Amino acid sequence: MTVTVTTTINGDAEEFVCEADETLLDVLRDHLGLTGSKEGCATGDCGACSVMLDGRLVCSCLVLAAEAEGRQVETIEGMARGRELHPLQQKFLDAAALQCGICTPGFLVAAKALLERNPDPSETEVRYWLAGNLCRCTGYDKIVRAVLETAADMKSADMKSAGMKSAGMRSA
Amino acid sequence: MKRFDYVRPATVAEAVAAAAEPGAAYLAGGTNLLDLMKSGAAAPGRLVDVSRLPGLDRIEELPDGGLRIGALVRNADLAHDSDFARRFPAIAEALLSGASAQLRNAATVGGNLLQRTRCAWFADPASACNRRAPGSGCDARGGDSRQQAVLGWNEACVATHPSDFCVPLAALDAVVEIEGRAGRRAVAFEDFHRLPGQTPERETTLAQGELVVALRLPAGAEAFSANARYLKVRERTSFAFAVVSAAAALRLEGGRIAEARLALGGVAAKPWRCPEAEALLAGRPPGPEAFRQAAEAALAEARAPGDNAFKIELARRTAARALTLALAGTPARVPALPASPFAPVPGALVHA
Ligand SMILES: Cc1cc2nc3c(=O)[nH]c(=O)nc-3n(C[C@H](O)[C@H](O)[C@H](O)COP(=O)(O)OP(=O)(O)OC[C@H]3O[C@@H](n4cnc5c(N)ncnc54)[C@H](O)[C@@H]3O)c2cc1C
Ligand code: SF4
Ligand code: FES
Ligand code: FES
Repeated sequence: MTVTVTTTINGDAEEFVCEADETLLDVLRDHLGLTGSKEGCATGDCGACSVMLDGRLVCSCLVLAAEAEGRQVETIEGMARGRELHPLQQKFLDAAALQCGICTPGFLVAAKALLERNPDPSETEVRYWLAGNLCRCTGYDKIVRAVLETAADMKSADMKSAGMKSAGMRSA
Repeated sequence: MKRFDYVRPATVAEAVAAAAEPGAAYLAGGTNLLDLMKSGAAAPGRLVDVSRLPGLDRIEELPDGGLRIGALVRNADLAHDSDFARRFPAIAEALLSGASAQLRNAATVGGNLLQRTRCAWFADPASACNRRAPGSGCDARGGDSRQQAVLGWNEACVATHPSDFCVPLAALDAVVEIEGRAGRRAVAFEDFHRLPGQTPERETTLAQGELVVALRLPAGAEAFSANARYLKVRERTSFAFAVVSAAAALRLEGGRIAEARLALGGVAAKPWRCPEAEALLAGRPPGPEAFRQAAEAALAEARAPGDNAFKIELARRTAARALTLALAGTPARVPALPASPFAPVPGALVHA
């Protein structure tokens, strides 16, 4: 059975035809050329396929492509703004929080979802939230530190811009 | 995957009609069903996607003081609902101790109840399995028995029910609302899942095409909120199924236990309520001796089908520890590492 699906991916309207048994991950990678999301296990264990579906972090290997009908899909490809990397992406580079890189897109998508929900997580919270993302190379430590440091940077940037705003208001 | 038809009904009535034929299965969060379809352990001819059915994603107050949770409420949303977590802390803790952030975001209340066993031979279509292929035998016997039952099993099947969520639901007398072609019915949680008997393939009381539409928590369940915990022993600190788990809840009055609730996970084909232990605790002063006796009573009938006799003592200790944690009081927030046995317990020895 083939299914025609109309959906939004990284803000762009998208229409595709797929088999009923194809997953969202299959379609992203094999039909739409969005190969940033990886298939590490296909069983929900590794998180390398993490995407946002209507604002929730899910494993795209356990979502049928047909289920994306009318939904908003966000993938790793939508994380940078043009050439400007997301602070998490930049920090992962600066802190060398990756080796082979297979797990990285999933970690980035999951970490972004975490910081949106909890901008000031403890180390335990970071580790627990990211438990669904497996990495076979890094030993996790640099990843966890990169997420904590990004949270701290984003917080101080927020404070600065809030401070600037209120200073501006005073002088106006 | 075997080829299948995919339909997305617009109403509960349409869904129930679409799933009436054998071979049809409901698709909710898909985190269990799609996994089993990939391995071939499940091969429905028709998938009835219920994930968008209107009205089933709500949490509602009932006039009698109970709470009604729609079958499509996502596991993460329920656990993070602060009012729910305050009133039913052991359920929130159990939910958050299960799976990963990604899976909890997708998994639904109904799908969690209906998830299949994690028995490795069940998931492998090349193995004999009475639960998957009635009458074919059971290749699990003689294999690794860490995830196997110690209560309620028989020669036909030694598998366990893997859900964390279901353990406190059993303890708190939840009720399952079911819709079928004949209308709506309500089933006590205790009667929802079945022990293998001679028909291990029949895991619940649901008939073909019946849809779980909601879960009800009775008004009385909230009375345990000050002393309710879930404790889960797993192979890793996080993201692993329970080897053994326990939900414990106490209602204390004047230094005594007015009422106790205890249920175990990872030990049987269904979430295992422990009425003997509860009866033994009622009216007594709480403490290590009462808890140990309750744990003994809960496991009195236990026996091991393989090399998993260790689970019997582990289950006793987990039950006693969960009661000790409940007595110490529900923490203000679900701990960052939910249900972990590595958290220190006031009044308990680390190695007890
Ligand atoms: C890697 C991994 C780790 C996990 N770890 C844990 C864990 O530690 N603890 C834990 O408790 N769980 C764990 N799970 C299991 C997870 O909780 C379940 O897969 C999930 O709850 C199922 O819900 P769902 O909505 O995705 O169900 P689906 O996969 O959509 O459906 C599951 C079954 O329920 C049926 N069904 C669904 N909804 C209804 C309904 N309303 N009425 C009737 N039938 C219905 C379906 O037909 C299917 O047979 C894990 C899963 C994975 C993949
Ligand atoms: S224990 Fe039960 S589920 Fe596992 S192989 Fe045997 S019959 Fe199947
Ligand atoms: S590929 Fe989806 S979780 Fe591993
Ligand atoms: S960097 Fe290789 S798997 Fe994580």
